Amino acid sequence: MKKKMLSLVLAGAMMATLLSGCGSDGGNAGSTADNGAGTAENAGTSDDAADTSADTDASADAADSASAAGGTLKIGGIGPLTGGAAVYGIAAMNGSQIAVDEINAAGGVNGMMLELNFQDDELDSEKSVNAYNTLKDWGVQVIDGCVTSACSIAVAAKTAEDNIFQLTPSGSAVECVANPNSFRVCFSDPNQGAASAQYIGEHGLATKVAVIYDSSDVYSSGIYEKFAGEAANQPFEIVTAGAFTADNKTDFSVQLQQAKDAGADLVFLPIYYNEAALILKQASDMGFDVKFFGCDGLDGILGVKNFDASLAEDVMLLTPFAADATDDLTVKFVTTYKEKFNETPNQFAADGYDAIYIIKAAAEKAGITADMSNADICNALSAAMTEIQVDGLTGLGITWDASGEPTKDPKAVVIKGGVYTAM
Amino acid sequence: MKTKAGGISKTTMNDLITYGMVILAYIVVQLLVKTGHVSSLIQGLLVPFCTYVIVAIALNLTVGILGELSLGHAGFMCVGAFSSAVFSLAFKDAIPGGLRFFLALLIGAAAAALVGFLVGIPVLRLRGDYLAIVTLAFGEIIKNIINALYLGVDSKGIHFTMKDALSLNMEEDGLMLIKGAQGVTGTPNDSSFTVGIILILITLFIVLNFIHSRTGRAVMSIRDNRIAAESVGINVTKYKLIAFTLSASLAGVAGVLYAHNLSTLNALPKNFGYNMSILILVFVVLGGIGNIRGSIIAAVLLTLLPEVLRGLSDYRMLIYAIVLIIMMIFNWSPNAIFFRKRLKQRLTPGSRKKEA
Repeated sequence: MKKKMLSLVLAGAMMATLLSGCGSDGGNAGSTADNGAGTAENAGTSDDAADTSADTDASADAADSASAAGGTLKIGGIGPLTGGAAVYGIAAMNGSQIAVDEINAAGGVNGMMLELNFQDDELDSEKSVNAYNTLKDWGVQVIDGCVTSACSIAVAAKTAEDNIFQLTPSGSAVECVANPNSFRVCFSDPNQGAASAQYIGEHGLATKVAVIYDSSDVYSSGIYEKFAGEAANQPFEIVTAGAFTADNKTDFSVQLQQAKDAGADLVFLPIYYNEAALILKQASDMGFDVKFFGCDGLDGILGVKNFDASLAEDVMLLTPFAADATDDLTVKFVTTYKEKFNETPNQFAADGYDAIYIIKAAAEKAGITADMSNADICNALSAAMTEIQVDGLTGLGITWDASGEPTKDPKAVVIKGGVYTAM
Repeated sequence: MKTKAGGISKTTMNDLITYGMVILAYIVVQLLVKTGHVSSLIQGLLVPFCTYVIVAIALNLTVGILGELSLGHAGFMCVGAFSSAVFSLAFKDAIPGGLRFFLALLIGAAAAALVGFLVGIPVLRLRGDYLAIVTLAFGEIIKNIINALYLGVDSKGIHFTMKDALSLNMEEDGLMLIKGAQGVTGTPNDSSFTVGIILILITLFIVLNFIHSRTGRAVMSIRDNRIAAESVGINVTKYKLIAFTLSASLAGVAGVLYAHNLSTLNALPKNFGYNMSILILVFVVLGGIGNIRGSIIAAVLLTLLPEVLRGLSDYRMLIYAIVLIIMMIFNWSPNAIFFRKRLKQRLTPGSRKKEA
């Protein structure tokens, strides 16, 4: 009885794998990645049912990778593609895919084609390790992930063990790049918090600052901590700090009233744009006229559905990427992204795009070839990372030191007449 | 009930099959790993399998044997996970690996048992579905408390606050243990498949012996008829509390295994929230309420399934749900059971003769 149940499930899983193989033929840009995933799955299922077919799968894999002339560099992405944080993962995946397509169309890296396989981690660190192991079965050589901090930390422990190079596009917690083989594209949380405080202080934007932050979110509380720490050295004081949690993020009237009563002339919002949109609306409803200042999480606020963009007038944010910027690189990226995915790209997409180009730059510097072992690739890339300088969407002349932190200038923009304008 | 089969009673035989199944699975997997036939995905899943098997067995004790519904077993896992992770991180260099993990297991189990006991005291005196309601709330409360909790240790002692990391007033060289929403980072990686299997066997040993013991029979009598149990002098609250506390502490052990498998531990809705509690309940219901062996198989299958379906990318979760429904129908619908019996008769030619 149980045996039959088992065989039914396994048969179902096999059929599912077959179906996915068929589906990817008619698919879009990600078709090669899908195929790869399918093969890895096959290996997984058959291992469980019977141990005989693993060899054939391995040879099929080898045949797959040998098809390109100079070989293929297999890049594995990890991020949330389902669930509440799917917006970030999908954006990073799309951004990375555009970069991969562009590079392949231009002849690849050192004659190698790039191949991206992006796996879902559901914003769960346990699942992200599963995703990483799936990628390992696929034969991944470089990890472009994870999109979120906690998952990044979990996977970083595994990549350090296996000696696989890891570049996280947007994992901003300090511990994400603790290992010598891990680097990041975005600013770290402390960096953003300190930079925001310095910016407000240096430009004399306010004397009394109120903060509203999400205490259940690593990104938000991380920025707040450093902001509060740096504020002590700056010519302004923090009058209130109102926290909310992910379970309770629709009504901000209490926090806003606190800020209003304390006489704040600027509200610092180290949060994501969905909540920020509600805060702006509620502040305007209660007649609280104040300056707002945010970090890169606010990027995307103009794209919120049914949000009155005039409410965001004069909101300042510190962000590495603005979709409305007029430099050639951004314009080209935004146009391609809109064409392909019918959306305006956000900062995560830009981080994902840059990540691939950074891998390209490091691979060219280090002279990576597809037949090198993972450990060799990792060592060569880690060494090359400290020597390269990359002009990307999220900053010009980005450099890295051995700690894995990027060095780039924070850019502040202000929303004027419904568009981002450089300050 | 006690039909002897070659000197061994039927229940003992049944238990031995369960132990044997686990040991056999261990040997087969170890052989496959040694000969290199297991993909990294499956290797990475081995410890999660053990974690979910243990927590499914633990919940089956509450749902199947005690007959009460608990929707907060992820919360007990969470307590076990965080208490043990904090311990392991604090004594990372002071105590050698094996001993430290053993102590961590005891601490995780004790912490979860204590919390389970406290939750149980008021609720288990009541009749009705109150345990479900209270444990549901408990799971959410624990998750939120841990997300707001900051805990650190330095030369002056232990600091803790519910406000933010700055108000800890830690010294420069202090060690942050729990960092609010960021949770615990840098837990030593002590879990392994072998340890997991040993823990499953210990859990099985405890639970199966508990069921067949005098206490276990008292618990089951309460499940089947509370009034009759009371009338023969069984202290209902006491026996309910024993079973529930045991169940909570085993869930805590699963949490310890979980925490020491990953280098980062956060209390997210995904891993310790309401959904996880329901998922554990699904393991139990699918495997058969009161059927320990079924729980083990269901936990392994349902943990494996979403990973095996990765190839479907966007349709993964949809297919997962459909497969789940089909499995439920196949396993539990009266028509399906009848159909399975017919099928079995047709497939085994010997049985038809016997019927005739």
